[in-house]
This record gives sequence, C-alpha cells and structure tokens, in this order.
Amino acid sequence: MAGSSRVWVLGAIVVAVLVPLLQPVFPDVVSNYRLFLISTMIIASIAVLGLNLLTGFNGQFSLGHGAFYAVGAYTAAILMDKMNVPYWATIPAAAIVCFIVGYLFGLPALKLEGHYLALATFALALAVPQILKYKWLEGLTGGVQGIVLMKPEVPFGLPLSEDQWLYYFCLVVMIVLFWAAANMLNSRSGRAMMAIRDQYMAADTMGIDTALYKTVTFGISAAYTGIAGALSASAIAFVAPDSFGIFLSIKFLIGLVVGGMGSLLGSVLGGVFYVLVDNSAQSLTQFIRNDLGLPFDLSAYTVFGVLLIAIIYLMPMGIAGGLFIAYRKLRGARA
Amino acid sequence: MEQFLQQIASGLANGAIYACVALALVMIYVSTDHINFAQGEMAMFSTYISWQLMSWGMSFWVAFALTVIISFAMGVLIERLILRPLHNAPVLSIIVVFIGLLAIFNSMAGAFWSYLIKEFPSPFPKSDFGIAGVIGPHQLGVVLITLIVLGLLFVFFRYTPLGLAMRAAAQNPQSARLVGVRVDWMLALGWGLAASVGAVAGIMVAHIVYLEPNMMGGILLYAFASALVGGISNPAGAVAGGFIVGILENMVAYAGNQLEKATGIYIIGNGEKLTVALIIVIFVLTVKPAGLFGRVVVKRV
Amino acid sequence: MATSRRSFVVGASAFAVWGANSAFAQKKYDDGATDKEIKIGHTGPYSGPASSYGQIGKTIEAFFKSVNEAGGVNGRKINFITRDDGYSPPKMVELVRQLVEQDKVLCLFNTLGTPTNTAIHRYMNQKKVPQLYVATGASKWGKPKEFPWTMGFQPDYHTEGVVYAKHILANVKDAKIGVLMQNDDYGKDYYEGFREGLGKETGKIVKHVTFEVTDPTVDSQVIQLKDSGANVFFNIATPKAAAQAIRKAADIGWKPAQYLNNVSASVGSVMKPAGLENSQGIITAQYLKDPTDKQWENTDDFKAWVAWMDKWMPGANKADANHVFGYAVSNLMLETLRKCGDTLTRENVMKQAANYQKYKLPLLLPGITINTSPTDYYPIQSVQLARFKGETWDLFGDVMSAEGS
Repeated sequence: MAGSSRVWVLGAIVVAVLVPLLQPVFPDVVSNYRLFLISTMIIASIAVLGLNLLTGFNGQFSLGHGAFYAVGAYTAAILMDKMNVPYWATIPAAAIVCFIVGYLFGLPALKLEGHYLALATFALALAVPQILKYKWLEGLTGGVQGIVLMKPEVPFGLPLSEDQWLYYFCLVVMIVLFWAAANMLNSRSGRAMMAIRDQYMAADTMGIDTALYKTVTFGISAAYTGIAGALSASAIAFVAPDSFGIFLSIKFLIGLVVGGMGSLLGSVLGGVFYVLVDNSAQSLTQFIRNDLGLPFDLSAYTVFGVLLIAIIYLMPMGIAGGLFIAYRKLRGARA
Repeated sequence: MEQFLQQIASGLANGAIYACVALALVMIYVSTDHINFAQGEMAMFSTYISWQLMSWGMSFWVAFALTVIISFAMGVLIERLILRPLHNAPVLSIIVVFIGLLAIFNSMAGAFWSYLIKEFPSPFPKSDFGIAGVIGPHQLGVVLITLIVLGLLFVFFRYTPLGLAMRAAAQNPQSARLVGVRVDWMLALGWGLAASVGAVAGIMVAHIVYLEPNMMGGILLYAFASALVGGISNPAGAVAGGFIVGILENMVAYAGNQLEKATGIYIIGNGEKLTVALIIVIFVLTVKPAGLFGRVVVKRV
Repeated sequence: MATSRRSFVVGASAFAVWGANSAFAQKKYDDGATDKEIKIGHTGPYSGPASSYGQIGKTIEAFFKSVNEAGGVNGRKINFITRDDGYSPPKMVELVRQLVEQDKVLCLFNTLGTPTNTAIHRYMNQKKVPQLYVATGASKWGKPKEFPWTMGFQPDYHTEGVVYAKHILANVKDAKIGVLMQNDDYGKDYYEGFREGLGKETGKIVKHVTFEVTDPTVDSQVIQLKDSGANVFFNIATPKAAAQAIRKAADIGWKPAQYLNNVSASVGSVMKPAGLENSQGIITAQYLKDPTDKQWENTDDFKAWVAWMDKWMPGANKADANHVFGYAVSNLMLETLRKCGDTLTRENVMKQAANYQKYKLPLLLPGITINTSPTDYYPIQSVQLARFKGETWDLFGDVMSAEGS
C-alpha cells in the first residue's frame, strides 16, 4: 500500500474505533440504531468485497452471490440454533462451508463464459431459497418459517450496548478480511488473478494455472460473502428463505458497480450505497410527493431506478472511479 | 397417459411464452451485444398500453398494431437518450442501468394501472377444438404468432439490406462504419425491434397469466434460460430453447409426481422443478457452451 | 338506615371515581405522542412480488389524512409514517428500528407479512412497543402471555382451514381432496389448520401440490390435481394464482367442489378474471363486505366507505378489497387511540386494544364484531361461509365463531 493511503486507512480505523465509544456523551448522534445501521453497511461491504474479488479482480461474472450469502447465513443460524455454537465460531465455520461450495461451483464454471456464467450463477441464486424450503431439509432449516435467533451478547461484562458490541465485532472482521484481501491482491497470486481477468490467453500461456486460480478465487469470494451472511444472521437475528431472493444478488451487483469494480475502497462505498440507497430513495420520494404535487403516485422504487441510472450516467466507473478521476484532475490542475 | 399428454401440452404452452420473450432477448443481444434485464418490464408496460388502448374502444388488432409501433418508438428513444451516452461504459454498468429501467417500468405500471390483476382478451376464437384442456386455441395461437414473428425476423435479417446492416453493426462496428453503415442508428433500430417483439410477447402472454405489473418477473428468468440453451445469438435457437425449457420443467414435475405415486416418497416436486430444470440447463451449457444451436466463436489470438 | 348507608356508599364511590378521574386527567405520554400529534409507524410491500398489498398502506395513509382534516383524535393529529419493506425481513428489521429508535413512533400498525413480522416480533416485545393489528393471519400473533405487545387483526388462517375442513366432512360424501398450496408461511398455516380440522380423516387428502409465487402459471399443478381423481379442491393461493387455477380447472373440465381461501375471495381481483361462469359454487369464508357485492350497497357503513373513497382516493379501483381491509383496520386503530384519551402511553394503547366487547367495526359482516381481552388477542374470530352465485358471494349458514379459543 502506498504510504499516504496507509495513513488514511489507519486514520479511518482510529475514527471507527473511537467514535462509538462517545455514545454516552452524544446518545442521539451515536445512537444504537445508527450503530446497527453502520454494522449492516460493514456487512454489505464485506459481501460486495467478496463479489469484487470474483468479478472485479478476476473477471468472472456472478449474478448469484446472494446464494453464498444465504448459505453463510443459514450455516451460522443452524449452528447457533441446533448446536448452540457461539456466534463468533459461526464465522470461520461459514467461511469454510462457503469456500467449499464456491470452489465446487467454480469447477463447472470453468467451462462457462460471460453470459452463460451469469445465467448459471443466477440459477444458483434462485435455487438456494428452493433448497432451503425443501421438504427433507425442513428439520434443519425451519422451512418457510425460518429460524429465529438471539443477538450476540456483550461478553466479559463490558459496559457496551448490544449494538456497540455487534458493531465492533463486525468492524474487526471487516478489518481482518480487507487486510487479507489487500495482501493477497498485492502478491503474485493477486497479479495472477488480475492477469486472468485482463488477458486470459496471455496468462495461460505464461504458465499460470488458470483453472486453479479461477476455482480458488471462486471459493474465496464465496467465503467472503458467506462470512457477511453469517454476520447478518447474528445482526438481524432471523433467517428465512424470503430474506434471500434473487433481488439480493442484484443488489450486491449494484453495490459492486456503483461502488467501483476492482477497488477495495469501491467495496466499502458499494456496501454503504447498498444500505443507504433504499432509505434515500424513500426520503426523496416522500419529499417529492409532499412538496411537489404530482398527478399520480410516485413510488420509491421509481426514484430508486432513476437514481441508479443517474449515478451510472455521472460515474460509469462507479463512485470510486469517479473519485479517482476527480483526484487525478485536481492533481493535474495543481501541476 | 392423459396426464402425461396434458403436461406436455401445458409445457408446450408455457414454452411458447418463454420462446416469445426469449426472442426479444435475443433480438437485443444480436443488435447490441447486451442482455437486457428490463426486457420483461418493457414488454409488460407495452401490454398495459395495449390494454389502455382497448379500454378506450379500439379493437384488439388495431390496438396491437398501434402498441407495436409505440413500443418501437419507446425502444429507440431509450437507446438514444439513455444508452447512447454510455456506450463506452463497462458491461456491468450497463446492466445496472437496465436494472434501473426495470425498476422504473415496473413501478410506473403499478402507479398508472394499479396492482389489481386484469383480464386480457385473446384474439383467437374461443372454440372447443383444442382437445379439451390439453391445448387450447389461444395457446396454439401463441405458438403460431411466435413462429410468424420468428419467420419475419429471419427474412428481415437474412434478406434485406437493412437487416444485413444491423448484423454488421453488431458484429463488427468498425468495419461496418467503414462501409457506410450508420452504426448508431442500427443500435437504436435494434432496440426498437426488440421492444416491439417484447410487446408482442407481452400481449400474447397476458391472456394466459393475467396482466399485472409483476407478471414478467418469473417469465424473464425462464426466457433467459431458454435463450442461452438455444444459443444466445440464434433467434430460432431461442424459440426452440423456450419450448425445451417449458416441456422440461413440466416433465420434471411429472416425473416427481409419478415417483411419489409409485414409491410414496416425495423426492422432487413442484418446489424443485425450477431448480432441477436449471441444473439441466447448466449441464447442457457445460457440455455445449454456446447453447444447443449457437455458434462457437473462435477467437484468433 | 339502609337508604343512608346506600347513599353513603354511592357518595363515597362517586367521590372515589371523581378523585380517580382527576388523577387520570393529567396527560401521560410515551415516545411518539404529544399534545399535538401521535406518531404511528408502518411498513408495507410497496415494491417487489407482494406489491399489490401496498394498496393497504395507501388506504391507511389516506384514512389518517381524512381524520386529521376532521380535527384528529382527541385534538391531536396523526403523523403516519410509512416505508417500503419490499417484503424482505432484513429490510423490515432495519426500517422498524428506524421507526422505533429514530422516528420514535408510539406504536407500529398493520405491518404486513408473516416472515417480516416474525423478524421484528421479539424486538418489539423487548422494546415494549405495540405491534398492533398485524396484517397477516398467522396464528402466532395471539399469544398475550409470551408476546404481550403483539396483536393480530384478521381471522387467522389456521382457524379458517379448520372451518373448511369441517364443512367438507359434513357436506361432501366420499370426499377426495386436492390441495393447491402456495409454498410459504401463509400457505402452510392454512394447510395445517385444514389438516387439523380433518382430524382423523386426513387420508381424504389425495393430492397436495405446491407452487412458488414466482411461477408464471399453475397449470401444471392443476393438471396433477385433476389426475389424482380429487372431487374437492382447496385453493390456497394469492389472487393471481388462485384465478389461474380456477380458470384452468374449468378449461380442463375438472369440476370439483371448490373452497377458496379468504385472501383471494375478492370478486374484482379473482372471480371476475377467473371467469364468473367458472366460479359458480365456490365456497369461501368471509368477514368483510365485498366491495362489488350489491347487497351491501344501501347499508350505512358501505355508503360511508364509498363516499370516503370518492373523496380521499379518487381514481382508486373500488373493486380492490385491499381498500376495504385498509379502511376497516384503520377505523379500529382510530377507535383504540380515541379510547386512550389523554393517556397515550404504549401500555395504555395495548390495554385499550385488549378491551373490546362486541364492537361493531364498519364494513365487517353483520354479526361479526371485535372482541379482545387480556387473554384474547384475536380481534376477529368469526367468519361466515359464502357461496359464489351469479356475481356475488351468497352468505349462508350462521356466523361461525371461535371466540374465546
């Protein structure tokens, strides 16, 4: 990592760690609800990072990452509900399970390109809720009714609220995962991954074991998103097939593109956007409806669609891309 | 045996729906190299326009023709206004734009026409010739119309200069420009055509599944699968793919049904038929990566 | 002597009541209630596969607007905040936390869907915020002992299933039952109630098929049902699929005795599209007046509803039963708030909600009333069977009640 960006990152981490501790001082600004919201953003960022590793850095299309998210969430839920596994242990468990699932899926995916891979992943995302409702698995998965869980308890009697603890837990997981991803991307493996994305044939010719890289990347990507899923099971304290429909995968894709593909910062921005866009579309809609009289009823979904198109129009490379271009322009202007 | 025949017939009928929508998807792909996720919603919106025209007193075929023209214009407009500025953007960004369009069309349809399901008339005479319940006149009509549209498109692309120009613009824009083809307008035309085909699909489908804003959601996925199974660049393949997927889906449910009858154990059934059908589709794709009838593109290094 | 003692008792109790009233004459507020307004929170599926039910939220919004225009409740305006949950449980959790912790609403009202409400069930009870009149018929919402802050509204699906089962057993000889079930919580609840109602005779179910909400058609399933030789058809599907099933059954010449679940028993949304001639004889259980049923045209509450719709939701489709549902349940909420008077605490809201005896709610069928108590958290437990005849639902038999259970 370049020196200046390292400073930024460390600074961000310090802020992220200290601000929630100010809750007793500013209970309305640093509210439990806000911390919960930020936790969901962290979880979404991890999920988008998973997708980014596969699509942004390795060039394999996935329209079905919601499937891995669901597998991770249910793994965590079943472990917590049926085997009384503590919530923190479900994270590595979900990672392992999802890695295996991702790797296994990556094997036939080797043969599929572009749109075909997109369809296959799309099919996977559709199949998972069906499998969760499958008759013979109902005993485990709770079928259509899902599984109700408990939120993680604050350990060692620390003077934190549940939401603060959840926030720190998610933050730690996020830092570890992003750090691991950054290291991997900066290493030979990372360069190999990106070479496969950019110039597949050249990479192959140069002796990179493309099949191995592609399948392992699939596995790692699935593991990341699966961890996000497991975290969400603890955060929401409920899993049900209805939570993991096809729109989930589409939203991750939107987060990926809007945040910025092939960029770690983009993953964070994508996660934030993913959570915020719904709320902002709704607020914007309320504002338009109440303050500008319209002959018909404007729906938040319409505003959401318009927002998406507007963002892509203004920043086709995503927000991270847009920021980069702006930064470059400023740099250029100064010289 | 009766059930078997009925399931095949019903599969053919559903398949006709998928084939119709798949044709529209392939149209967009062939003209613009993109998979349009908003295709279903655009088709649904066009169908609502047709419904509105009919409720204002027009006859079915007049409304049909008018809707096709309006949809064509809509398609061209979308390409010119929204997609043209973005033609250099990465593929996934364009997909996000399609998703935005999907959201807009879906919610606007709901806002204008409410979410109550509406009956949609069938232009085909309601007679009893279709072996009662096995396949009805409307469903045969859908198959017929789909084949007619397919035929027209085939003739258009193969034998008219405009069709040739469009194909050239999609496959090799640079060379096409050099020869004097107005590539930009070809893309817009492609969109217009696809929107029209989508409108036809929507109008045909609405009678069977009832007109409502969410009517195309489930169908789009099957259409996507059909197009890929048949080969994304091959309109005839897409139609064939539609029928294959339709029958396959029902056969899976039927097989599961029979299995349960014979053994008393429920292994697969209606909940799993989509999953199993998709697994089979993916399997086909791994064996024949360009689809059953697609052309494998060989890239020279 | 007796008289003076009696008058003393009367005087003393009058004094006590007067004293008590003055004690309660001071206002008490929880979050969300002030001298000027009452904040009520709501989420609904305004987008996504369940978006047709978004109309309920729109109706409620219009209703509270009309209430505010008429002066509000006990001099307070209702600030109704509604958001789109897209029928997604995680989204619901996020929105509800926002409503409770950020917007600080007094209570939640008529949140829709079983998985969505399940996701916030424990949270609402932990936070001690009323989750009132949830828009789902799942049977789990009426458990005052474990979940004192959650209350349902409509007759629960389970009970309705029992009613149909019993009717079949009593009226259909050699019943062979085929069930079409939507594969989710709602479908399951009906089906389990139905099986319970059959008791030892569950063997009469010869075929049970499911479908997903996203399936384009249910034709394949209906064919399977006919093939099984069933002569009774229990249709557990939401409007679109229910209409498709009724029409397909007619198309393939299958004429069983049909029982249709109440959620899809709307003439405008289901019977007409399915074909009136195909729908003759179908039986359902009703508790609300169907908006297209001419027999109610001259009743006072119906006339008031039509007038209200014309003024506050012009252009809305009056055949949409969601508007009837929304209007009725909003009236109940209004009455509950009115009964709270100036004591607008969450506890009092629940207390008043659990305090209805034979209350006549507009648009409920005659004979059906609202009844709740601290041990009875099911406001409506009565239904009346109706058979589709001509263009409307012909009510028959007695109002069947499961009150007190």
